Amino acid sequence: MSDIVEGMLAAFRLIFSLDADLFEIILLSLQVTLTAVIIASLIGMPLGAWLAVNRFRFRRITIAILNALMGLPPVVVGLIVYIMLSRSGPFGVLNLLFTPTAMVIAQVIIITPLIASISHQAIRDLWAEYHDLLISLNTTKWQRMLTLIKDARRSLLTASLAGFGRAIGEVGAIMIVGGNIDHLTRVLTTAIALETGKGEFAFALALGFILIALAILVNLAIHSISKTERASNW
Amino acid sequence: MVSSILPLKVENARVEKRGNRIVGPINLDISPKGFTIIMGPNGSGKTSLLRLLHGLENPRGGSLDWNGSTETAQLHQSFVFQTPIMLRRTAIENIIYPLILRNIPKDEALKIAKEWIGKINLEKSTDINARFLSGGEKQKLAIARALATKPQLLFLDEPTANLDGSATREIEALLQETHKAGTRIIMTTHNIGQGKRLAEDVMFIYRGNILETSNAKQFFKKPQTKEARAFIDGDILE
Repeated sequence: MSDIVEGMLAAFRLIFSLDADLFEIILLSLQVTLTAVIIASLIGMPLGAWLAVNRFRFRRITIAILNALMGLPPVVVGLIVYIMLSRSGPFGVLNLLFTPTAMVIAQVIIITPLIASISHQAIRDLWAEYHDLLISLNTTKWQRMLTLIKDARRSLLTASLAGFGRAIGEVGAIMIVGGNIDHLTRVLTTAIALETGKGEFAFALALGFILIALAILVNLAIHSISKTERASNW
Repeated sequence: MVSSILPLKVENARVEKRGNRIVGPINLDISPKGFTIIMGPNGSGKTSLLRLLHGLENPRGGSLDWNGSTETAQLHQSFVFQTPIMLRRTAIENIIYPLILRNIPKDEALKIAKEWIGKINLEKSTDINARFLSGGEKQKLAIARALATKPQLLFLDEPTANLDGSATREIEALLQETHKAGTRIIMTTHNIGQGKRLAEDVMFIYRGNILETSNAKQFFKKPQTKEARAFIDGDILE
């Protein structure tokens, strides 16, 4: 128990010491994860909308696979991306292994199914509500998807935040493809793993509390920008 | 002037759900002018018939033949649902939406929408999310949204079934005005009083078949079939 209190105190000390290395790590964590969330949302949300409004032969199995992919093991994703990006791999010439870009790629693969699946559920419910009206108004499939994405935007925000939550706390994949290189690919989670391995529990805990605080701050910030949870909007 | 999408000729059209015949076979001619009320007891197929005419149900066999192409016809008709479907947007945006779909420029769409908001006395709720309006306000908004695109043909499915007297009165007045302006109206109701107030002619539907099509006065005074007679007299029809 005293370890935890010590960790909290250390966290405060760390933050208020304005340690440059620490802020570099925090910034990289945010940068990698937010980039991954944006890219995954741009893929996942239209995919979710498309699955909601289209009827095709393998729709059910596609959705089942998508849902299963939500539980994709990050370590395996990391390994596969590693092999793809390694010198001898098909994308070796791009020289991306052990760069933040590689970390973004791994995270996009991990969270896109999650965002697509949650988006699909939200949009499917709205589509059930809008169906007759949008058919009556002669909308094209494209217009339907745009309308549904626009009007379900608040539920879609939840999808993005779920993706953010999964990505910011993820360590297995980015450790493998990023390599936890100081000043280059070290982020909060890989730093915590490293410090724990070294036996520096207080420091590791301090980083852990900063990570949790960061996740809460980002969620609050996005909620206040988008004005959710207010009666007049919802 | 755009050429008329009417008359509509319906031949042997049927609606089936899971192998059960819901409506038809229907043979109909919908003339370009008038205010038709489709009457019949609950479950007689009024809604399905209306949805068939509008194209929300695919006919199982038979044909719907508009004056001109089906695509053009679909652009010049609107449908008002029994339970209004409101977009999760403000009241005025609900009216703007179908106008933008028809490539009407934004400023002009806004102007048209404002006129309609005024017409249905919803100025105060212009920027309120439509889902927070009362039932009557929602239905008025749905009718305004349906009329803003200047349809030649307006379908309404029991538009006042869930509404109180004053909202019903307002909506009936709006429909009378729309009818006078030359819009063809086809509406369902199982409310005999409403039928008497609004109908120019009546289609009586029972168990998926149109039993009677006649002038409203004649229908209410002297129905041709015993089912219609029983319906008007307030007997329970199964």
